[in-house]
Amino acid sequence: MSKLAQYRRPFWNTQPAYRFDPYGSTQLRSPNEPLIVVPQTLSEVTGPTFGADFVGQGDNDLTRIAQADAIGERIIVSGRVLDENGRPVPDALIEIWQANAAGRYLHKRDQHDAPLDPNFSGEGRTVTDAHGRYQFKTIKPGAYPWGNHYNGWRPQHIHFSLFGRAYATRLVTQMYFPGDPLLEFDPIFQCIPDTKARNRLVATLDWETTVPEYALGYRFDIVLRGRNATPME
Amino acid sequence: MLYPTTSQTVGPYLHIGLSGLNCADLTAGLTALDTPPVVIEGRVTDGQGNPVPDGMIEIWQADAQGVYQHPDDPRYSGADAAKSGFTGFGRVPTEPDGSFRITTIKPGPVAGPDGTLQAPHLVVSLFMRGLLKHLSTRMYFPDEAQANEQDWILRQVPAARRATLVALAGDNGILRWNVNLQGAGETVFFDI
Repeated sequence: MSKLAQYRRPFWNTQPAYRFDPYGSTQLRSPNEPLIVVPQTLSEVTGPTFGADFVGQGDNDLTRIAQADAIGERIIVSGRVLDENGRPVPDALIEIWQANAAGRYLHKRDQHDAPLDPNFSGEGRTVTDAHGRYQFKTIKPGAYPWGNHYNGWRPQHIHFSLFGRAYATRLVTQMYFPGDPLLEFDPIFQCIPDTKARNRLVATLDWETTVPEYALGYRFDIVLRGRNATPME
Repeated sequence: MLYPTTSQTVGPYLHIGLSGLNCADLTAGLTALDTPPVVIEGRVTDGQGNPVPDGMIEIWQADAQGVYQHPDDPRYSGADAAKSGFTGFGRVPTEPDGSFRITTIKPGPVAGPDGTLQAPHLVVSLFMRGLLKHLSTRMYFPDEAQANEQDWILRQVPAARRATLVALAGDNGILRWNVNLQGAGETVFFDI
């Protein structure tokens, strides 16, 4: 069998280490042993595939799951999913989840004393089109306190989970909002050594997708690992 | 050249967005199974042996013939895939006691590096609060001692740690496979 073209490994300081003590939960959940570096085989260059028919109509609209509109600032979040070579990634499944406008998750473990919104569940999914584009309509999530450290507050964010073309391109990340004063103090955001890489997680205000008299647009492009054109010899 | 987006943790509330894709039984709805189902049970624990109650496991595997349901597998055929209905993808949350259970079929051998054949295995991803990047590992089968011995990837693992990647044959044919994130008996994780 011929050798397989490999997905490139990310430049080291663009990704967090597993252990980052200021984020307390990493201390007992990060491996002590170094990871074992192996080439990708057929098992890693393949992966689950999800077509456009995998998601239902309206799955990318988080503002209208019930009779009434969700409460909060309506926003449009959109962008493209590309690989490192700049090529669009079509048919990428994107799952998102977030707190409501008051900073409360619809989750039994979230005990923050902020109101739940019966018209907002905070989950959405979509599949990228042929050009790698995606779009969600949602509510701007609120900031909320967490017990990681004294007076700790998470900046406003939306969780993103993506399947690209291969098991090796699986990605989970978080999207943040421009100008959020909490970013500077957030260990989850600050765990990324490279400042530019960190700032790529911050969406930009997007007039192109802003709908007048209706909703502000935010743009968040996502880059998955790229594959070498030729197999390594 | 673009840089890949940075990974971030799924946090404690991952199931809000991710449970829609849960699949604990990869054989559900399949009519023509040419191999008996296999049940895998295990537990995920942290560096102090505490259960991980808020994690998620994803598996990806070939079918019983060793074919991945993906166009990059040279042996893949869309028509065969449509007929069998087997996807090869599973996702389960960990329970309050850190346990998980997946029902699937044993995959066939698939091509490995240097013209070798890999022993039957699942590739496994772990996601949880406290993991800034997900972890990748593999699960091999206890009744494949010879194939495991020759498996190209397993041979990259120090011999003393290989056992963490091989399930144990439990009662009633159930396979037991625990994941220890840190410390004694730490599971081997791969940088793929």
